[in-house]
Amino acid sequence: MAVLLLGEVTNGVLNRDATAKAVKAVAPLGEVTVLCAGASARDAAAEAASIAGVAKVLVAEDARYGHRLAEPTAALLASLAGEYEHIAAPATTDAKNVMPRVAAMLDVMVIPEVSKVIDAATFERPVYAGNAIQTVRSRDARKVLTIRTASFEAAGPGGSAPVAEATPAADPALSQWLGDEVAASDRPELTSARRVVSGGRALGSKEQFALIEALADKLGAAVGASRAAVDSGYAPNDWQVGQTGKVVAPELYVAVGISGAIQHLAGMKDSKVIVAINKDEEAPIFQIADYGLVGDLFQLVPEMTGKV
Amino acid sequence: MKILVPVKRVIDYNVKARVRADGSGVDLSNVKMSMNPFDEIAVEEAIRLKERGAASEVIVVSVGVRQAAETLRTALAMGADRAILVVAADDVHQDIEPLAVAKILKAVVDQEQPRLVIAGKQAIDNDMNATGQMLAALLGWGQATFASKLEVEGEVARVTREVDGGLQTIEVRLPAIVTADLRLNEPRYASLPNIMKAKKKPLEEKTAADLGVDVSPRLEVVGVREPEGRSAGIKVGSVDELVTKLKEAGVI
Ligand SMILES: Cc1cc2nc3c(=O)[nH]c(=O)nc-3n(C[C@H](O)[C@H](O)[C@H](O)COP(=O)(O)OP(=O)(O)OC[C@H]3O[C@@H](n4cnc5c(N)ncnc54)[C@H](O)[C@@H]3O)c2cc1C
Ligand SMILES: Nc1ncnc2c1ncn2[C@@H]1O[C@H](COP(=O)(O)O)[C@@H](O)[C@H]1O
Repeated sequence: MAVLLLGEVTNGVLNRDATAKAVKAVAPLGEVTVLCAGASARDAAAEAASIAGVAKVLVAEDARYGHRLAEPTAALLASLAGEYEHIAAPATTDAKNVMPRVAAMLDVMVIPEVSKVIDAATFERPVYAGNAIQTVRSRDARKVLTIRTASFEAAGPGGSAPVAEATPAADPALSQWLGDEVAASDRPELTSARRVVSGGRALGSKEQFALIEALADKLGAAVGASRAAVDSGYAPNDWQVGQTGKVVAPELYVAVGISGAIQHLAGMKDSKVIVAINKDEEAPIFQIADYGLVGDLFQLVPEMTGKV
Repeated sequence: MKILVPVKRVIDYNVKARVRADGSGVDLSNVKMSMNPFDEIAVEEAIRLKERGAASEVIVVSVGVRQAAETLRTALAMGADRAILVVAADDVHQDIEPLAVAKILKAVVDQEQPRLVIAGKQAIDNDMNATGQMLAALLGWGQATFASKLEVEGEVARVTREVDGGLQTIEVRLPAIVTADLRLNEPRYASLPNIMKAKKKPLEEKTAADLGVDVSPRLEVVGVREPEGRSAGIKVGSVDELVTKLKEAGVI
């Protein structure tokens, strides 16, 4: 059977890591067609075609797909659904916006954040902030899913899939893009980084959060944050790790001044090696840390930055 | 303008969920239940719009077991005007899927004709993040999910959304669905006098069958298990020791 996979395209650029992880996840389900939609999407389509395991790429290049609005993209996916048994996407915020809309248009349930594919109808997904893993079997003829990218390896390079045009679907024109606020950064992207250094409420201010950034830069790591740090304005929202933020599984995760609330753990507890720096030796984060260091972060973090 | 806010009764966010021994789900008997945190934020936002004069009435709806009436009373105590309870299950362990909830909400929207629905972004029990988007599809309305800022002006809602790359601002034509993210506002606590007053506010009860919606699940839960455990490692005594260990582990 065939799979239609929505590639993650932002401003004409393919998020290769997220897309390749989703390809890896759905490859056992059948022949994979990747759809790249955007105001400019041809380069992204060419890149998607080079992912191993991709059989075909569809490109829908049209201004209406330019700002990742849910309604036109969902209409496009629903119009292409045709012969595909599975319609999937990496579980990014864009896909979480679009895919449930697609599922409802097709009168099927969405299966969000799939962490394991068991067979064509059976999937695992974390629920209750990752405190339970649910196995569900879909009774729908067509399955709409999003893939938890942290649970899968990326499909490699070496593909050479043909690229074909997809006909744009009618645009319901219900919403309009006004602007993006994106902080440009040279750091690795949080969800694909091999190392992540995260700071919590203990940092105390935006200025002092720079200690986290300095350690991250020294390690070539991405920067993450707890919700408390984001809420307090020490870090931007797109750095939040957790149940309602990003899910990461790097080789090294360093949690600094983070207590370890279940909602935070939900986003990082599958990391390979976890380090916790906290002055409270009873902090719950130590229960899942491979290496714990008890003490004052304002002393320990600069020292560590100097020594790695 | 009427605003409809769907609110879900879920396990309290401070309670650690425990998987039932028979692997059928999470144990919800004798567990503290509360309003889904995102829905408190949605209710707060609707009340603020009414206080600002942008809305005339705030209606809260909950779908599930009869005990969800408590959740609706909480919303009424916060300041919602009236409540609708749609009884669709009789066992607290029976979760109603987003597609069925969205169909029920569509039926309520058809009756009540709100111009705006503000839902939570995600229920913290099933972590679906789907109902608002599905309702928007069924109604053919525009959607503005993961909102951290909402302004209603005439025929449009201007919404700042929390997305992977940062923030996105869009304008969506009314009627529309907005889903609330955590930073949209800080919900108020209900005062004692308001809790008393809420007891007298109207709470209408219906069933899923009254609304003609079949709630049988599309996703059969085959089993629920604990995640792979992770045990505590070691405490190191100094930064030097930590750096040595990390080098040994090959991660730096
Ligand atoms: C619906 C919902 C969803 C949520 N989603 C998320 C989510 O996605 N991600 C998330 O992170 N949270 C989330 N939360 C919030 C979560 O419950 C916690 O409140 C939050 O994670 C706490 O952040 P923190 O650990 O930085 O702060 P705190 O819990 O305040 O911890 C600060 C820690 O710093 C330590 N400390 C203080 N000073 C120092 C010092 N000088 N040196 C070293 N250590 C020090 C303290 O001992 C403490 O352990 C959510 C909550 C709700 C209700
Ligand atoms: N049973 C329900 N009753 C009322 N509202 C619900 C119900 N289920 C979901 N919702 C609403 O939809 C939002 C998203 O839930 P979900 O799609 O299940 O993650 C919640 O925050 C609620 O606003």
